[in-house]
Amino acid sequence: MSNLLTISLVISALHLALPILMPMLGGLISERSGVMNIGLEGMMLIGAFGAVLVTYFTGNPWLGIVGALVSGVFSGSLLALMTVTLRGDQVVASAAINLIGAGLTAALIPVIWNVDGLTPSVAKIPNIRVPFLADLPYVGRIFSSLGLVDYACLALVVLVWWVLFRTDAGLRIRACGESAESADAAGIPVVRTRFFAVVASGVFGALGGAYLSIVTLDMFQASMTQGRGFLALAAMVFGKWRVWPAALACIAFGFADAIALRTQILWRDIPHELLIALPYVLALLALATFVGRASGPAGVGKPFARA
Amino acid sequence: MTIDSLPTAAPIAAASTGRRQARMDPAIMAETLRGETGVAAAGNMGLLPRLVAHFHALSGSLGGQVLTFTLTIAAALLASMPMIWIGGSDLWRTAGALFGGALGSGPAIAETLVQMVPLLIAGLAVAVAFHASLFNIGVEGQLVFGGLVAGIVGASLDLPPTLLMVVCILAGMAGGALFALIPALLKAYRGAHEVVTTIMMNFVAVAIYEYAVSPTGPFVAADQPSATERVPDGARLPIIWEGTRLHAGLPVALAAVIVVMWVLYRTPAGFRLRLMGANQGAARASGVSIARVTILAMLASGALAGLAGAVQVLGVFGRFYAAFSPGYGFDAIAVALLGALSPVGVIASAFFFAVLHAGSVPLQAVAGISREMVGVVSGLVVAFVAAQPAALRLLSALRRRYAGAAQQVGQADTEASK
Repeated sequence: MSNLLTISLVISALHLALPILMPMLGGLISERSGVMNIGLEGMMLIGAFGAVLVTYFTGNPWLGIVGALVSGVFSGSLLALMTVTLRGDQVVASAAINLIGAGLTAALIPVIWNVDGLTPSVAKIPNIRVPFLADLPYVGRIFSSLGLVDYACLALVVLVWWVLFRTDAGLRIRACGESAESADAAGIPVVRTRFFAVVASGVFGALGGAYLSIVTLDMFQASMTQGRGFLALAAMVFGKWRVWPAALACIAFGFADAIALRTQILWRDIPHELLIALPYVLALLALATFVGRASGPAGVGKPFARA
Repeated sequence: MTIDSLPTAAPIAAASTGRRQARMDPAIMAETLRGETGVAAAGNMGLLPRLVAHFHALSGSLGGQVLTFTLTIAAALLASMPMIWIGGSDLWRTAGALFGGALGSGPAIAETLVQMVPLLIAGLAVAVAFHASLFNIGVEGQLVFGGLVAGIVGASLDLPPTLLMVVCILAGMAGGALFALIPALLKAYRGAHEVVTTIMMNFVAVAIYEYAVSPTGPFVAADQPSATERVPDGARLPIIWEGTRLHAGLPVALAAVIVVMWVLYRTPAGFRLRLMGANQGAARASGVSIARVTILAMLASGALAGLAGAVQVLGVFGRFYAAFSPGYGFDAIAVALLGALSPVGVIASAFFFAVLHAGSVPLQAVAGISREMVGVVSGLVVAFVAAQPAALRLLSALRRRYAGAAQQVGQADTEASK
């Protein structure tokens, strides 16, 4: 076991947790505003694709992040149009986002690059080190392996928590999620607030996808998100729609992933095909045992129209 | 009723009541009973209002369903047009490749029907769960696990061929049901949303079959990587159209449609299921056990998904192949929604998606459009189904506006004649 539990395991767990953490924030914002969003997986794919597309044509991965943001606004607006403006069924509409995201990105690869399934490699986001932290004793190795982007992601967690739970805007968003009618009576523009929240969830989903495609890897692959958008949803449920517990659940998924990867290297006779399912099995076990009955915002799933 | 519409709505209602007393038309009587306002005026209002009124009257009837079905497909195909031009092809070549490839000849039609079988059964699986207001997005996992169980049973049991075939199919259904049981229990007793749990099960299914047929896996064939041993020929579903791949899965699928229809609309269990789907509170109040109906609905849905997998394994391949399903379980969501969850409607929408699947190979070869476009079209279909209520509301709003306008014209006429 001593080979398994090392600092490098912690590092790889953190790196694997970040692309679950970002869509989790998106899902949290959306559900707190009262819109169930199971379309995060599709939004991640669209974001990962947008990031690689822009990076490929400009050669600048930072512009790739901008590409991811734009594609996140696109997928988020699409879902917001269907669920908030047109008041369609939220689960059905976000399932459509998943199907369109997976299909469209896979269909566009051969159109743009003339190859199937996998884009050529593009420039990655450079790993800019933060100098002071890396010099700390013992934990310095963890900090030195984290780049500027990783810190930015962690800062986004703090930002989302602060906005949702410490500002007026956050209170308005949460009011729309608990009772749209009461929020409306209190003068909150419910439709506009929800629209904004769903677009924001698209942006966070896209950032998670971009993390996979131009930070972890350097290319886009069809269905490369491997269900992380759904793990993000599960993490949100485990965290009972609160930022910090849900973020911890994301990190737990990251550890499950990292352990699966390392076991595969250390003990070759354990079937690694089964280990890949570890995070999903853990998620199901957690739902079956210690996570209490789901208690999301009261207004999730209910379309709102002024009476 | 909106606050700002109150002052205007009242006079319109009064005016139209007067009008209706003047002309006791049976159709208007029916409209009055349904609480609609101001239809009488639509008759002399020009083409557009008449069309609006006509479409509105259609919604809910069979004609309306056919119209919705056609319009949804048309909208989805229209929205995927840009991809044709991006791919550098033109409309006629694309349509020719798609429909020629899917329906152009006898063998092509047979191949389309082969594609239709798993879509139809899996579409039924999704529809049954939807009738109970459960979104079984894990049909894909249940389908491949059912196929895996059927393939393993078929390759390892030593039984008379016909009996083995039946056992394989039942084993596949049991496998699918088992995979749906875990999310069902979590939903019934822990309140875990079935969408999240069934998706998790999809990934578990992939991990299990990849392990089962991996090079060192327990069920991998000696002569073929990523597959189980062959099912004996006698135990496969027989070919029902000589010279093609069309197998007895088609009659099995149609039988499944009839069974599902009968259970849903002619048995107490089906009634309880639909009651829970329509109004859970009312179902609970009338003594229906929500937990039990949830579990039964998911088991039925999973068994159908497993049947789709088993039929595909026994009918088309004769053995379980890893990745034998190109996402039938996900297309099944679009199939069920496009078919408006009606078992008969599902036949029509499964045929449409079968045309897309069968035509996608020539589409890629001739028009250079990726096969993945099938996924985009099914996503768009689901999106437009989600937008349907909005379209219906728009129709009602338009109709009210025309009716209101007609009323004002009518009132102006009356005042002028005074």
